Amino acid sequence: MCLGVPMQVKTIENEMAVCEIDGVQREASLMMIDNVRVGDYVLIHAGFAIEKIDAEEAQLTLKALREALDMGLVPE
Amino acid sequence: MKYQAEFRDPQLAEGLLKAIAATSCDYPKNITLMEVCGTHTTAIYQHGIRALLPEKIRLISGPGCPVCVTPVTYVDHAVALAQRPETIIATFGDMVRVPGSSSSLLHEQARGATIKIVYSPLDAVTIAEKNPDTDVVFLGVGFETTTPTIAGAILTAARKNLDNFYVLCSHKTMPGPMAALAGDPELQVDGYLCPAHVSAIIGANAYQPLVDAYRVPCVVTGFEPLDVLQGVLMLARQVINGEARVENQYNRVVKAAGNRKAQKLLKQVFEPCDADWRGIGNIPDSGLRLRSDYVRFDAAQQLPVDIEPAVEHQGCLCGEILKGKVRPNDCLLFRTTCTPEDPVGACMVSSEGTCAAEYKYGT
Ligand code: SF4
Repeated sequence: MCLGVPMQVKTIENEMAVCEIDGVQREASLMMIDNVRVGDYVLIHAGFAIEKIDAEEAQLTLKALREALDMGLVPE
Repeated sequence: MKYQAEFRDPQLAEGLLKAIAATSCDYPKNITLMEVCGTHTTAIYQHGIRALLPEKIRLISGPGCPVCVTPVTYVDHAVALAQRPETIIATFGDMVRVPGSSSSLLHEQARGATIKIVYSPLDAVTIAEKNPDTDVVFLGVGFETTTPTIAGAILTAARKNLDNFYVLCSHKTMPGPMAALAGDPELQVDGYLCPAHVSAIIGANAYQPLVDAYRVPCVVTGFEPLDVLQGVLMLARQVINGEARVENQYNRVVKAAGNRKAQKLLKQVFEPCDADWRGIGNIPDSGLRLRSDYVRFDAAQQLPVDIEPAVEHQGCLCGEILKGKVRPNDCLLFRTTCTPEDPVGACMVSSEGTCAAEYKYGT
């Protein structure tokens, strides 16, 4: 039930955003997060954006995994 | 899908599985990890993760499906409200088929009650706005991920001055049952995969008291296959090294202090209360009720109804399943009397219930 879908913010008006994933659009309330910009990725749960997705952290996680596994190490 | 496809990369998954096997192979004991969240349970079944892990690593499912842990009296209460004239019940889909003591919302719908499945609590507010002569009751179940959305809906209804919008509250909060189970000597949980989106709200630091009190490793873990595998690896490493710390695998979303704005929203509308958990029983301060400023939205107080005495279903092991003590196959009713089409217990109804996941994906 706590599923959240990563969607990209397309437009923002007042506290509502139109978000999109794979061509599907949904309205979501921004009542729970600050400083959202068009183009950001957010997690949508029950019609609300519950948190922003940090693109840099996502890349870091994948990069660290890839590097460790390529070198035959146990990832941190 | 961005932020999903990358975290399902089969090559990286394979690498992680090898790393898990290499890390744990010399450890002399089994490692029991509990995935607390129902969304983890579903992901683990869906991607067949349990079968891929070394035998030594046992994943057990915990009390993290909100629909499953909601006691039968709550369903009976919702049924009684559905039977009122001029009432609309608005709810997330899963609640509709949960069996109460003698009925369910689905049965009531067949008998003429108006039940509307909504995607967001804000949709329920819109229904109330469009039906001013009808009482609209939203079924407020869920953990910290969902409760702020319900707080948001209540504030929206307050702003619109609606006098026909109510919530039947059964909100629960997370670290409490994990502490209850960490102290259970029968279970011997070696580590917790902490719920991803509950943690987005409460923050990774929220598990520190649990770690301090029970010395149990906690890793906040996302819901994609790579997340789960990395979470398992991080936990296995802590267990083997004899450590107990909070770690955050899911830092692309979860911050140490969580989402302060959502916490504030939640605190503005709700306050802690004791709560009953199916299977576990009463846990102090593990629920949320409306603050006095918002009691006019409380369906339990504002719309009195007679509720039938609760009858738990004979033979259903949901309670034990939610504590990770038995698996669905241990239940005599599983797949015979109890199926997703005709469920006996909540664990078979909810798409995140362990019995439903085992039915759909199990062998
Ligand atoms: S299989 Fe059905 S009856 Fe058995 S524990 Fe699960 S939900 Fe209950």
